[in-house]
Amino acid sequence: MAFDASFTGQKFKSVGTRPIRPDGIDKVTGRARFGADFNMPGQLVGRILRSPHAHARIKKIDTSKAEKLKGVKAVVTAADLPDLTNGDAAMFDILDNCMARKRAFYDGHAVAAVAAIDARTAKQALKLIKVDYGVLPHVTDVDEAVKPKAPVLHKSVFTEGVDPKPKKPSNVARRSQYGHGDVDAGFTAADAIIERTFRTEQTHQGYIEPHACVASVNSDGTGELWVCTQGHFAYRQTCAQLLGMDVSKLRVTSSEIGGGFGGKTHVWAEPVALALSRKAGRPVKLVMTRNEVFRASGPASATSIDVKIGAKKDGTVTAAEATLRYSCGPYAGMWAELGAMTSFACYDLKNVKSVGYEVLVNRPKTAAYRAPSAPMAAFAVESVMDELAHKIGMDPVKFRIKNAAREGSKSSYGPVYGPIGIGPTLEAAQKHPHMKAPLGKNQGRGMACGFWFNFGGQTCTDLNIGIDGTVTLAVGTVDVGGSRASLTLVAAEELGIPYEQVKVVVADTATLGHNDMTDGSRGTFSSSMATIFAARNAIKVMRERAARMWDIPVEDVTWEDGHAKAKGQKRGNLAPLSIKEIAAAAPNTGGPIAGHNEIVADGAGVSFATHICDVEVDPETGATKVLRYTVVQDAGKAVHPTYVEGQYQGGAAQGIGWALNEEYIYGKDGRLQNAGFLDYRIPVCSDLPMIDTMILEIPNPNHPYGVRGVGETSIVPPLAAIANAVSSAVGVRMTHIPMSPPRILAALDAAKA
Amino acid sequence: MVQVALWGALSAAAGGKKALDIEAKDIRELFRKLEERYPGLKPHIERGIAVSIDGVIYRDTWSKELPDKAEIYLLPRIAGG
Repeated sequence: MAFDASFTGQKFKSVGTRPIRPDGIDKVTGRARFGADFNMPGQLVGRILRSPHAHARIKKIDTSKAEKLKGVKAVVTAADLPDLTNGDAAMFDILDNCMARKRAFYDGHAVAAVAAIDARTAKQALKLIKVDYGVLPHVTDVDEAVKPKAPVLHKSVFTEGVDPKPKKPSNVARRSQYGHGDVDAGFTAADAIIERTFRTEQTHQGYIEPHACVASVNSDGTGELWVCTQGHFAYRQTCAQLLGMDVSKLRVTSSEIGGGFGGKTHVWAEPVALALSRKAGRPVKLVMTRNEVFRASGPASATSIDVKIGAKKDGTVTAAEATLRYSCGPYAGMWAELGAMTSFACYDLKNVKSVGYEVLVNRPKTAAYRAPSAPMAAFAVESVMDELAHKIGMDPVKFRIKNAAREGSKSSYGPVYGPIGIGPTLEAAQKHPHMKAPLGKNQGRGMACGFWFNFGGQTCTDLNIGIDGTVTLAVGTVDVGGSRASLTLVAAEELGIPYEQVKVVVADTATLGHNDMTDGSRGTFSSSMATIFAARNAIKVMRERAARMWDIPVEDVTWEDGHAKAKGQKRGNLAPLSIKEIAAAAPNTGGPIAGHNEIVADGAGVSFATHICDVEVDPETGATKVLRYTVVQDAGKAVHPTYVEGQYQGGAAQGIGWALNEEYIYGKDGRLQNAGFLDYRIPVCSDLPMIDTMILEIPNPNHPYGVRGVGETSIVPPLAAIANAVSSAVGVRMTHIPMSPPRILAALDAAKA
Repeated sequence: MVQVALWGALSAAAGGKKALDIEAKDIRELFRKLEERYPGLKPHIERGIAVSIDGVIYRDTWSKELPDKAEIYLLPRIAGG
């Protein structure tokens, strides 16, 4: 049955309440099973040998000694993962990243792997593998990589998106451009212009749980994979293609997830674990160390961004332009393009142009990190907006409100906006008590805006009515941020039953149709839509069953408050039938009762946020303390407000780490020098203030409850908000993230000089 | 008849045109006619294109109807975290 996904403005009983989380007890008692908690009889330990070089030709790999070591059951190299990608360049890049073929492209690139009876033997075996490398020149810096004399990673890469096609290969894989109007004319009309260049260093998502899986491939070509992932259906598709397996013969079960933030939307070691299991004929567990997670999974881009914005004295922005260079690792991505699309999305601009360059470097393959690429672009743009407001003598919030995009504005990436929340978040921030709180010595306040698209995708759910009338909902989107709680609320809302009567499970790939990954802030948006429709299908069945029980036409049966009710005065003596009663009669009225739904959940609503931040900077050490932080964000509809607040706080916390401390540090040898949490410092509780939140609800017209995604936008404004606060506190414009103590001291010294 | 705006990379594959007028009732027909008229667009369409219809982005639904005079933008399929 087709359903209309339009927002209806219905009143809620369950949605919007704050019941306890269904996975809470398991997680606080240690019962929850994460990726490394799964075990199988006869399981082997997998370990990966990684390149110590930033760039090297692999001349020869001799695995013979390792294979002879007692306890070693399999050794694999690229030869065991032949190219089955059939010309699919993106899939070949995934294969090459999982196991280097002719060249190692970064420090940590996998070159071989072993499966042994225990970790000690596996480690010994790695030492017995002899790799003959021919070390090549490398480049790890995004600005160095675009210079004419930089070592070129791929001789086959000629910049796409430029006309005419370049005659020489380079590390610039692709150019993209967005915008409209005439920026030159716009700058001519400006009374004031600010132009600056910014840099942000490479950061990791910093999920606490490393990548982990258990792979088991049988001699009949079937296999199973238990894995920590944001998308087990996508992992199945990719692994099956790389291993040459039928998709239907590989069953993938997702574990609980200790954080992903985009980093678990890509396969890393899973195809290697499957290849080891296939060769050994036994299950193989492969768990990355933290060192491996940093060196060989997918951090965000390092960036170098030029921004120029002009405005009239009355605060009208007349033109805005950005050039964005984003590192991709050794394989082309769309990271700079996303920066170009999002950079000016908060504003209603007549003349705007943004150009992105995807830059190849000898670093790990870039992966998505929560609203990928938007935080760095927002840092550059919102810093210039802040400085420009001061230059024309206008309050930064008023300046942004004057230029904010609204319904009907042409976005900087093309389409015209529907109803959006940037204006309301700015107005709420303007009125917030935080904006009026007094500041002390060495303290500063900053604010900034952020945008993210959000999207939906393929989704399906099964809603089963148990024989006692309780409900099981099977979904295919991995619960990364509380979707089991929100989907429980949605099922309870539609059916008209208590939260406690619904149990949500994440089904494996063999028991539910394909679901896209939990990314793009789509988990609750998409699966709630499918759940609403599945519940309505189940209600239809239950009305039919009630009609049979009463022996009346189904048209005379309505559904209300979790009961079938007979319509009309002549049925007045029929007591409403509960789900429990209808379920008890199911064997005699047609058998099991269920509702299913399969959809493409398109129409996700774009999302905006405004953040306010107070900091204090110690001028002697350069250390920054965040004193107060407020997040204002449009949720569309907050299904479970506590989880929504958690998403807002989590994004702000990650952004604070990104802004102040986190960075990949490479030596001149191209090797990562800080591949651990001691030297790569993410914020801990004592680094953070209580992060205050304000949820705005501007309904998404394309979801029955008005839901937008909420998971990503909260990480977009923090870099800029904190940079504006630090710049205000120290009186020097900060243009390089992270603003670590040495960098702040250097900026202060430079200003004095 | 709808006017379809193309983002930069698509524009290059369509002979430099930034906008095209096409008679198409839904996304499937739009893609089919674009492929017929500009074969260079085919690899982009196969890789995945999102269609913005009056500001609402559709990534997968071929059957989505294109209202007359609607604002249609073709955009790259974006990645998410």
